[in-house]
Amino acid sequence: MPRNPEIKKVLVIGSGPIVIGQAAEFDYAGTQACRSLKEEGIEVVLLNSNPATIMTDKDIADRVYIEPLTVEVAEQLILKEQPDSVLPTLGGQAGLNLAMELEERGFLRAHQVKLIGTTAETIKKAEDRLEFKRTMEKIGEPVAASLVVETVEDGIAFTNQIGYPVVLRPAYTLGGSGGGIARNQEELEEILSNGLRLSRVGQVLVERCIAGWKEIEYEVMRDGAGNCITICNMENIDPVGVHTGDSIVVAPSQTLGDKEYQMLRTSALNIISELKITGGCNVQYALDPESFEYCVIEVNPRVSRSSALASKAAGYPIARVAAKIAAGYTLDEIPNAITGRTKASFEPMLDYCVVKLPRLPFDKFISAKRTLTTQMKATGEVMSICDNFEGALMKAVRSLEQHVDSLMSCDFSDLTEEAILKKLEIVDDRRIWLMAEALRKGISCEEIHRLTRIDLWFIDKIALLVEMEQTLRTQELTPELLKEAKRIEFPDEVIARLTGKTREAVKEMRLRNGITAAYKMVDTCAAEFAAATPYYYSVFGSENEAVRTRGRKKVLVLGSGPIRIGQGIEFDFCCVHCTWAFAREGYETIIVNNNPETVSTDFDIADKLYFEPLTPEDVEHIVELEHPDGAVVQFGGQTAIKLTEALMKMGVPILGTSAENVDAAEDRRLFDQILEECRIPRPKGHTVYTAEEAKQAARELGYPVLVRPSYVLGGQGMQIAISDEDVEEFIGIINRTAQDHPILVDKYLQGKEIEVDAVCDGEEILIPGIMEHIERAGIHSGDSISVYPARSISSHVKAVIEEYTRRLARSLHVIGLINIQFIAVGEEVYVIEVNPRSSRTVPYISKVTGIPIVPLAARVIAGHKLRELGCEPGLQKEADYYAVKMPVFSFEKIRGADISLGPEMKSTGECLGIARTFHEALYKAFLGAGIRLPRHKNLIMTVRDEDKEEAAVLARRFEVLGYRIYATKGTARALLEADVSVRLTRKLEQESPNILDLILGHKIDLVIDTPSQGVEHSHDGFVIRRNAIETGVNVLTSIDTAKALAESLEHTDAEDLTLIDIAGIGTGS
Amino acid sequence: MKAFLILEDGHVFTGTSIGADREVISEIVFNTSMTGYLEVLTDPSYAGQAVVMTYPLIGNYGICHEDMESDRTWVDGFIVRELSRIPSNFRSRDTIQHFLAKHDIPGIAGIDTRALTRILRENGTMNGMITTDEHFSLEEVIARLKAYAAGKVVERVTCKAPYILPGDGFRTALLDLGAKENISRSLHQRGCQVTVYPAAASAQEILSGQPDGIMLSNGPGDPKECVSIIEEIRTLYQTDIPIFAICLGHQLMALATGADTYKLKYGHRGGNHPVRDLETGKVYITSQNHGYAVDADSLDPAIAVPAFENVNDGTNEGLRYIGKNIVTVQFHPEACPGPRDCAYLFDRFLKMMEVKSHA
Repeated sequence: MPRNPEIKKVLVIGSGPIVIGQAAEFDYAGTQACRSLKEEGIEVVLLNSNPATIMTDKDIADRVYIEPLTVEVAEQLILKEQPDSVLPTLGGQAGLNLAMELEERGFLRAHQVKLIGTTAETIKKAEDRLEFKRTMEKIGEPVAASLVVETVEDGIAFTNQIGYPVVLRPAYTLGGSGGGIARNQEELEEILSNGLRLSRVGQVLVERCIAGWKEIEYEVMRDGAGNCITICNMENIDPVGVHTGDSIVVAPSQTLGDKEYQMLRTSALNIISELKITGGCNVQYALDPESFEYCVIEVNPRVSRSSALASKAAGYPIARVAAKIAAGYTLDEIPNAITGRTKASFEPMLDYCVVKLPRLPFDKFISAKRTLTTQMKATGEVMSICDNFEGALMKAVRSLEQHVDSLMSCDFSDLTEEAILKKLEIVDDRRIWLMAEALRKGISCEEIHRLTRIDLWFIDKIALLVEMEQTLRTQELTPELLKEAKRIEFPDEVIARLTGKTREAVKEMRLRNGITAAYKMVDTCAAEFAAATPYYYSVFGSENEAVRTRGRKKVLVLGSGPIRIGQGIEFDFCCVHCTWAFAREGYETIIVNNNPETVSTDFDIADKLYFEPLTPEDVEHIVELEHPDGAVVQFGGQTAIKLTEALMKMGVPILGTSAENVDAAEDRRLFDQILEECRIPRPKGHTVYTAEEAKQAARELGYPVLVRPSYVLGGQGMQIAISDEDVEEFIGIINRTAQDHPILVDKYLQGKEIEVDAVCDGEEILIPGIMEHIERAGIHSGDSISVYPARSISSHVKAVIEEYTRRLARSLHVIGLINIQFIAVGEEVYVIEVNPRSSRTVPYISKVTGIPIVPLAARVIAGHKLRELGCEPGLQKEADYYAVKMPVFSFEKIRGADISLGPEMKSTGECLGIARTFHEALYKAFLGAGIRLPRHKNLIMTVRDEDKEEAAVLARRFEVLGYRIYATKGTARALLEADVSVRLTRKLEQESPNILDLILGHKIDLVIDTPSQGVEHSHDGFVIRRNAIETGVNVLTSIDTAKALAESLEHTDAEDLTLIDIAGIGTGS
Repeated sequence: MKAFLILEDGHVFTGTSIGADREVISEIVFNTSMTGYLEVLTDPSYAGQAVVMTYPLIGNYGICHEDMESDRTWVDGFIVRELSRIPSNFRSRDTIQHFLAKHDIPGIAGIDTRALTRILRENGTMNGMITTDEHFSLEEVIARLKAYAAGKVVERVTCKAPYILPGDGFRTALLDLGAKENISRSLHQRGCQVTVYPAAASAQEILSGQPDGIMLSNGPGDPKECVSIIEEIRTLYQTDIPIFAICLGHQLMALATGADTYKLKYGHRGGNHPVRDLETGKVYITSQNHGYAVDADSLDPAIAVPAFENVNDGTNEGLRYIGKNIVTVQFHPEACPGPRDCAYLFDRFLKMMEVKSHA
C-alpha cells in the first residue's frame, strides 16, 4: 500500500516532562517519527510540554507547541491548527492517554480528525485490563488468574480465592505507578487503595503472582496489511517481580531454546494480529522455567522504553518505521535504513549480546528503599554490546558512572555467609555485586539460583567473571591471560589493581602483544548483507571493521551517558545539535555514548556512532583508531567534562574552552583569583578537606553555609548547614563516595537567584536572555521555577549581569558556552557558580528566545566569530512574552525519598509554560507539571517558624481564592493571629483523626510544608510529605513556589489559554 | 587443543577444537539463526556442509533430544564463537560439548565468526578444512580444498526403506530427500497417514500406494545431481495428485518441468527471511536453508508461475503450477528452527487434498 494521500497534517503528541517510567526514550521515538513523517512531505504539528527535548525543535516539526498536555489544550490546538490526523502512539503513556481522552469525548470525530497508527479500539483492548483479558482468552493466550477490581474489598475477596502473594497493577499508569506485590492482607490493602487512586479509571488488576518465572519481552511490528514481524526479544535477568525498567535485560534471550523462542514469538504475533495494531508493540511474558507454560503479562500498543532499547539493540528504527506504517506504507515498502538494501519487513538477527542496566537514583535519595519491585524506580539506563555476555555486562557496569568498574566495586566482603544468603533474596540495585561476593565466599551457583531464581546460565557467567578476578590475583599475567581478561572486558585499571601492576604497565603489555579493541558493526543482519550505517561496538580479539576515515576534519563528540537526576535529556539535546552544527561546518562527526534512550545514539545523527562506555580507556581505544582532530566535551555534561584530562593525555585537542580554563572555574583558588581580577564579588567561602576545617570555615563565615563537593553536577551532596552538627554529617555523606576533590564551604546568601547561558567567541559574548528563579537561593537551580525574561530585577542589575558575564567569559577564555549563576541581593550582584560548558537551561533558553545557542557555540568552537555569524553581541532584546520552566518530580515512584527541596537537585524533568503574560505562563507551567487546581479547595499548611509571617499573607490569598485551610498548632496560631480563618488539625503523633487522616481522606488539593533548614530532625514533616505524595496530593516545600501558585491562580482564566507556536519565535541566525 | 579453519581462499582462523578432533573438509556455510543449533546440527539438508553459527553464544540451553530433526547429526563440522560452559534448560539432558563429541562432529570455537561470515558473504560459499594439525601446509590444503566436491548427499541422508506413520486422515506420500522430521510431524499432527519413501523410490511405487497427496521434502546438495529422482518427479507431475514440495523438492519439481536452477553466492540460511506471497501481497518471515535457487527467468509461464518471492533479494521462493494441484516453496514452512508463520501451508496442502477427494 502506498502512502495514504489523505494524511497531510499530523498532530504528534509527545510524552511531556521526564519522569521515572517515561524518560528520554520518547524524545528519541518522537524525533525519529517526526523526521520520518516530514520525509513524506507531511506537515507535523507537535505538542509536548517538555522544552528540553529535541522533538520540540523547529528543525524537527513544522509547528511546535510546548504547552501543557491537557485535553483542553489539545482541543484548542486542534481547532487552531486543523490537523487531519493525530498520531498517539509515540508519546508514551502520557501521549496515549491524552489521545484516548480526545477520542472518548468524541472531539476527534466531531472535528473529522483521525487517529492514525493504532486505533482507539485497539488501544482500549490492550490497555483496559478487562478487555485485554477477554481478548487474550478469545485467542487462547494464557494470562495469569486475575481480576480487575474497583474496590479494596473485591481485591481481598479475590485474593482469598487465588491465594497470596498477588501482583497489583493499576490500569493506565506509567512505569507501574502504584503497583506492587502484596504478600498479606495488610500489604494488599495499602497497595490496592493507593493503586485505585492513581489509576485514571479507578481500576487495579489483582493477579496471581508468578514471581520467579522468567520475564521475556518481544518487540513486534504490524502494518495495515497485516504483515507482522518481531524486532527483538529480550530476557530479563531478574525474574518476574521486578519492573523491566529496573531489571538487567539481555538481548536476544539467552536461555530459551528455539521451541520456547518460537512459541512466544508466535504468541506475540497472534496477539498483535488480534489487536489489529498498526505500528510497534511490546508484549511481556512470564515463562515457567520448568515447563512450556507461559502467561502474557502485558501489552503496550505503542513505542515504549523497551522498544527504544530494542531499536538500539537490534539496529532497527522502530519509531521511524511505525510512523511510515501510520502514513499508510506496508513493511515491505519501507527500506531498511541500516543496510540500505533490504526492506523493513525482515527480522533483525543479532550476532552479539546486548546488556542493559538500569540507572537507579539511590545516590540522590539516600533515605529511599533500594528494593526493586514492580514499581519502576530507574531514571535512566545504559546499554552495552559485546560478542560475549560477560564483556557486555562489564561494559554496562562501567557505563553507569556510579563509581563502579567491576563486580568488586560494591564491597560486601564484610558480610557473613549467612547475611549474604539472607540478602540475596531481596532484589536491589546491587544484587549482581552481592552475587559476585557470594561466589567469592564459596556459595554455590545452585544455592544462589535457589534464592534469586536467576537462571543458572547468568549466575555461571558472573562466576566466570569472579574466577577471572581470582586468576588475575593469583597467577602471573601472561599475554594469554591478559587476552582472555580483555575479551571479557576487564578494564586495564581493574587488571592493574588485581595484578598489582600499574595501569600503564598493563596497557603497555597489551599493546606489545597486539591486544587492542576492534570494532564491529551493528547491521541488523548478522553480516549477511553489507550495511551502510557505521554503528559500532568494541570487542577484543577480533577483526576490526571500522575504517579510519581521512580527508575531512574529524570531531569527537562525547555524550552524556545515562539519564540521571542532575544530568538529563538536556545534554543529549546539546550533543545532537552540536553534532549537526559540526556536520554543517564540514566536519566528520563521531558520537560516543552508551544511552539507548537518546537521540544521539540514533544511527543517523553522526557520521559514526560508537556505542561504548564513556571511560578514559574506552574512549582511548576509539581515539587510537580514529585520530580525531579534536574532541568536544562541553556539551555532554559532567560525563564528558570528566574525560577532558584523559583526552588531553591522549593528545586529542579539546575544541572550545581549554581544559585549564574549565579547571579554573572549578578550582576555588584559581577561580577566586579570576573573580578578583574581574572585580566580581562572590559569597565568601573556603576550600577544605576535613570536617574540622569545614567547621572552622563555617564558623568564620557564620552560619548558614553551603557545603558541597567540587566537580559534581546537580548539586549532588550539596547542603545548607546551620550548625556544626550539620557540617559534620554532610562531610560524612560526601566522603562516603570516593572523593578525589576538595570540599567547598560558602557563606549562604539569601537573595534572588539569576542564571544566564552565554556564547563566547573568546572576545565577545552573546546572552540570549536572563532567567530568574522564583525560589530564593538555597534551592537547586534545577529544582527552581525559572522565569524568562527576569522580571523582578532592575535594569541596573541586568546590566551588571551582562558585564560580569562578559568579564568572566573573557578571562576564562571561553570559546563556546558558559553558564553562570548569580545572586542578586538588592542591587548587589554576586557570582555563585560558573560552568564553562552547556547547562540544563540551554534547550529552554534557546527555544523561548529563538536563538539557537548550541549551533552558535559549535560554530564559534569551529573558529567563527559571533559577528561573522550575523550576531549582534551582548544581551539580546527581551522577548515580548514570558516563559516559565517548571521542575517536575517523580517522588511518588521512590518510596522513602524525602521530597523537601534544597541545594541538592531532585527533579527528574521539566515542563514549560509560555504566554504573553507572566501569570498565564506560570499557570500553564503548573498545569504542565500536573498541578491541576482546584478540586476540593482544601489545603494544609505547616510551615517553619521563619516562614510564618509570609505564610499568613499567603493563606489569606488562598482563602480569597475560596480555599479551606487546615493547619497544625503552630502554623494555625500564626494564621489566626493574622485573621485567617483556619481549621486546626492534630499533629501526626496525636490521636486520630489527625493530619495524616486528613491527607489520606483524599479531600486535600495541596500541602504547603516548609521544612526547617539543615538536617531535619523531626520525622513528622517527612511522613506527612511522603503520605501526601503517595496519595497524589500536590506538595510544595518552598513558600516561594506556593506564592507563585497563588499568583497564577489569582490571575488566570483556565478556560482561555493562548497557544504559542515556538517554531515562529525568533529569527535564528 | 588448538584447531584451525583453513579456507579455500587462503584465510586461516585459529581457535579451539570442539567435538571430534579429526580433520574434515567441507563446504563452509553460515546460518544466522539465534536459536536452534540442535535443529541445525540434525537437519539432513546440511549433509556435506560445515555450518558457522553467526550468533556467538551457542549451547546455552544444552541438548533437548526431542528437538532433533532427524535421529543423527548431518553437518560435517561446526564452527562457533563460543560454547556455553554450562547448559541451562529444564529439558536439557546433555551438553553441546558432549553431544558433538558423541556424534563425532569436528568443530572449532573461539574464532571471529563475524569475520568469517563476511568473507563468505563477499567471496561466496567455499570449501574449508577444520584441523588440529598445526603443521599443515597451506598450499597443500588449498589444493585439496579446491579439488573437493561433496556429491551424492541425498543418497546418504534418505531413509533406507519406506515406513508408515499411521493416521486416519489423508494418505500422504512423503518422498524423503533428506526430510526434516517436522515435515512428517506436521502432516501427522494434522491427522494424515504418512508413508515415507526413500529418495530412490520410483514414481510407480509411490503412486501404487494411492496417495491423496504427495509431499517432496527438503534435502541437501545440488539439485541437478538428482537426475533419476527428477525423472520420477516428472511422472508424479503428470498425475493430478496434489503435490506440495519444500526446498530441494521444489527445485527438483522445477527441474522436472523444464526450469533451471543456479547456485546462490552464499545461500539463505536463517530464520528471518521475508517472503512475499505474490497472490495476496502478504509478507511472511520464513525459515530458510538453501544454497541453490530456481531461476525465475527460466520458467515457462504455461507450466509454472512464481507464487512467492524473497523480499530481500527478489529470488524465487515458490511456484504455482498451471492447471495442476501443485504448490512448491523454497523456504521451510516446517520451521525448526525458525518462525512458524508459514505452517498454514500444510493446512493448505490438506485443503488441496480435500478438494481433490471431493472432485
